[in-house]
Amino acid sequence: MHCKSLWIKASAKSPAKDQFQEELVIRPLHSGDIYASFQFRTLWDTDFLQEGQKKVSHYRLFPKSLGQVLSKFSVQELHISFTQGFWRTMQWGQPFIPSPPGAELWVWFHHTVSDVDGNWKELTNVLSGIFCASLNFIDMTNTVQPSASFKPLGLGNATDHRFLRYATLPREIVCTENLTPWKKLLPCGSKAGLAVLMKSEKLFHSSFHSQAVHIRPICQDEQCTSKAWELRQTLNVVFDHYTSGQGKKEWSLFKMFSRTLTEACPLASSSKVYVDITDNPELSPATPLLSQAVVLGDRRTYSVYDLTRAETFGQLRSFNLLLRWKGDNMLRPLLHAERYVAGFGLQTGEIHTVIYNNHPYRAFPVLLMDSVPWYLQLYIHTLTVTSKSRDNKPSYIHYQPAKDRHRPHLLEMLIQLPPHSMTEVTVQFERALLKWTEYTPDPNHGFYVGSSVISALVPSMVAMSTNFTQDQPLFSSFVPVKEESSYFVRVYTEPLLVNLPTPDFSMPYNVICLTCTVVAVGYGSFYNLLTRTFQVDEPSPPLAKRLANFIRRIRGVPLLA
Amino acid sequence: MRIFAFIHLLVSIPHGYSNYVETKAGQFFSSGHTNNWAVLVCTSRFWFNYRHVANTLSVYRSVKRLGIPDSHIVLMLADDMACNYRNPKPATVFSHKNMELNVYGDDVEVDYRGYEVTVENFLRVLTGRLPPSTPRSKRLLSDDRSNILIYLTGHGGNGFLKFQDSEEISNMELADAFEQMWQKRRYNELLFIIDTCQGASMYERFYSPNLMALASSQVGEDSLSHQPDLAIGVHLMDKYTFYLLEFLEEVHPASQANMNDLFKVCPQSQCVSTPGHRTDLFQRDPGSVLITDFFGSVRKVEITKDTINLTSPVDRKKYITGFLCCQTNL
Repeated sequence: MHCKSLWIKASAKSPAKDQFQEELVIRPLHSGDIYASFQFRTLWDTDFLQEGQKKVSHYRLFPKSLGQVLSKFSVQELHISFTQGFWRTMQWGQPFIPSPPGAELWVWFHHTVSDVDGNWKELTNVLSGIFCASLNFIDMTNTVQPSASFKPLGLGNATDHRFLRYATLPREIVCTENLTPWKKLLPCGSKAGLAVLMKSEKLFHSSFHSQAVHIRPICQDEQCTSKAWELRQTLNVVFDHYTSGQGKKEWSLFKMFSRTLTEACPLASSSKVYVDITDNPELSPATPLLSQAVVLGDRRTYSVYDLTRAETFGQLRSFNLLLRWKGDNMLRPLLHAERYVAGFGLQTGEIHTVIYNNHPYRAFPVLLMDSVPWYLQLYIHTLTVTSKSRDNKPSYIHYQPAKDRHRPHLLEMLIQLPPHSMTEVTVQFERALLKWTEYTPDPNHGFYVGSSVISALVPSMVAMSTNFTQDQPLFSSFVPVKEESSYFVRVYTEPLLVNLPTPDFSMPYNVICLTCTVVAVGYGSFYNLLTRTFQVDEPSPPLAKRLANFIRRIRGVPLLA
Repeated sequence: MRIFAFIHLLVSIPHGYSNYVETKAGQFFSSGHTNNWAVLVCTSRFWFNYRHVANTLSVYRSVKRLGIPDSHIVLMLADDMACNYRNPKPATVFSHKNMELNVYGDDVEVDYRGYEVTVENFLRVLTGRLPPSTPRSKRLLSDDRSNILIYLTGHGGNGFLKFQDSEEISNMELADAFEQMWQKRRYNELLFIIDTCQGASMYERFYSPNLMALASSQVGEDSLSHQPDLAIGVHLMDKYTFYLLEFLEEVHPASQANMNDLFKVCPQSQCVSTPGHRTDLFQRDPGSVLITDFFGSVRKVEITKDTINLTSPVDRKKYITGFLCCQTNL
């Protein structure tokens, strides 16, 4: 009986359940490039934010550095991404998880936080240490509070956008020093499982590379009786047809990553590789497992390889996938956008954002969010929205003007896009002259303006599944699907590179030299004029003359001149 | 009688041997430092200054190989060369032509990068006067038993070093920063290496104790770059650091090479400029200072003869005060 009571005590104190899944999706693109998307998900039944409960101290699969950050700053949701390159929607379709070039960070804080700005500042500093990125440059001059574009992706009926902060650093570079700490957050590190494929020399030699961390609380079941924290680490990469692929539509895992898979991560409850075979590519080794999923409004068929089963690796204990395809047709993306700067000179300019709705007969609304730095002074009275050369008035506008050196512009608009049309949003701006200490060391490169964000519920051609199942593949369960007839899409435009009027930084030196010279010459001449006197100074005559004069003096004859 | 003498001899030999071990151990621990730090700074921006980043990364690589962990290295790179769009082999930085050695590697952690590398941040890291929200990886958390290696490279002149083509640090500012470090007891011994033009001018003004300095060229001389790589299109390394890297590749954690060998690296026949060094502020004789005292991180072991019960608080307190007293006597 004594033993039994001990056993019951032990089970009551057992640590919260955590679970790890890893997945790789490979999608051949019609341009010959190949798209690989890694997702690593850790689910943990614990609550960082509950007051009164003892602080969480035992971490198993969930990384401790992130757990401590969440509890210290009372973070409800955290999304951070680092991207190199720009996603070409027209050539590659829609990505599973979109991200803008550079670094992007948006955070929902818990409603109990009293000083959100202070927490935000410290959080950016801590994250800059964790990810070896210069996120400490995020401050009030590039942070905005979007009112409608970034609703929480997890649980939380947070409608008060005072607890939301959004910032981008379009100039931020991604390199191995960002990948290294990102890999160290995984339970198996880069030693086992799918993460062994992540070698920086191949990953950064690509057209597009994006790594992200998404943390949010989610429901574990349909009725939401129990909640869990979900950490998703995603890595999207597109390998170029010509630079890495040698011009052939023939790819293998070894060609992409210079590695093959040898085992699944032992800590993973599921480890799968999905290959998109909707366009009937040649695939080897063949697998009987097939799966169908409706993702991004399209029904796709996938071949599934389960790495937790030993027979996937075959005799050689190594799994290398070979893929060859010829197809050229691609589903045209229904929504995509472009942005550019028009105008000439260094005084004024115009920002044009062009949004395309490629749906043949359905119109749908999109939410456009623009965050422009204060040194591009927008003239909002020149804002025009035209679709099919007719004025298109947005039904909701939220505009927060900039304050010099304090706050950027924030413009959010809900625009209805007519079917099969192009909508153009233009606004004029004037370039400000910065103080000379505010210029970067290389100001002639230009200044970056972050990407615009277009969020929309796009009508789907195929019915989406709203069933909640735990067995859904990770790539289709990132964004919660609320209704069957549409799916959520976020499109990022290009960032802008704008030249500001740049002074000549050697001017202080030039001015000092010139002023000192003028003063020296002017004052010096004046001083000389006033105080200089001239005296006649007879030069001493040459020796011959002196001798002659001496002889003449003796003779008493007049001297020579 | 003889048997007693023989037994006495037998007993005294192990006693004498243990004395020998203790004196040898005493000599081994005579440098007096317990931890190692490194601050490696590249101050140049733009693609044609690739060699400065390669210089810094090769010292980083050697220092990591010899044992200093990433948490004790503050690496500052003013520009990104590895993932620069001009780099024909992304995520690599080479030090030898024909792409023989990739000093960037797979496991690199850059603490200050891009625009963060400024004179102000560098001086704040040295003196420890950072804003409270700075993460640990960006701080130099040294104490009075730390040996610190400081390596600077970039473009310099007589008495100054240029940071990112827009500001400068003068030799007087650097000397004052080291004096602040000395007064705040932030180092035990400091080795300062600089690879710029007229580098010797940067250490002329030092006045704090326990500083040793090396430079790649004298005042009035230029430090030259080593060899270009035709595929990458820029010069890969500076001559002084190239030969320094070759020298350090021979050093392993148990090596007995001392500072006099380091002073001989890159004579004028190889470097064209004359490397200089300064040891007058250093207490110990350079011949007795091991390379691994600064470039490596050798773990110290404190030998104690009595057993201590660490669970009893009284014993623990006695041990700690005893430890502190013995440390000062060393």
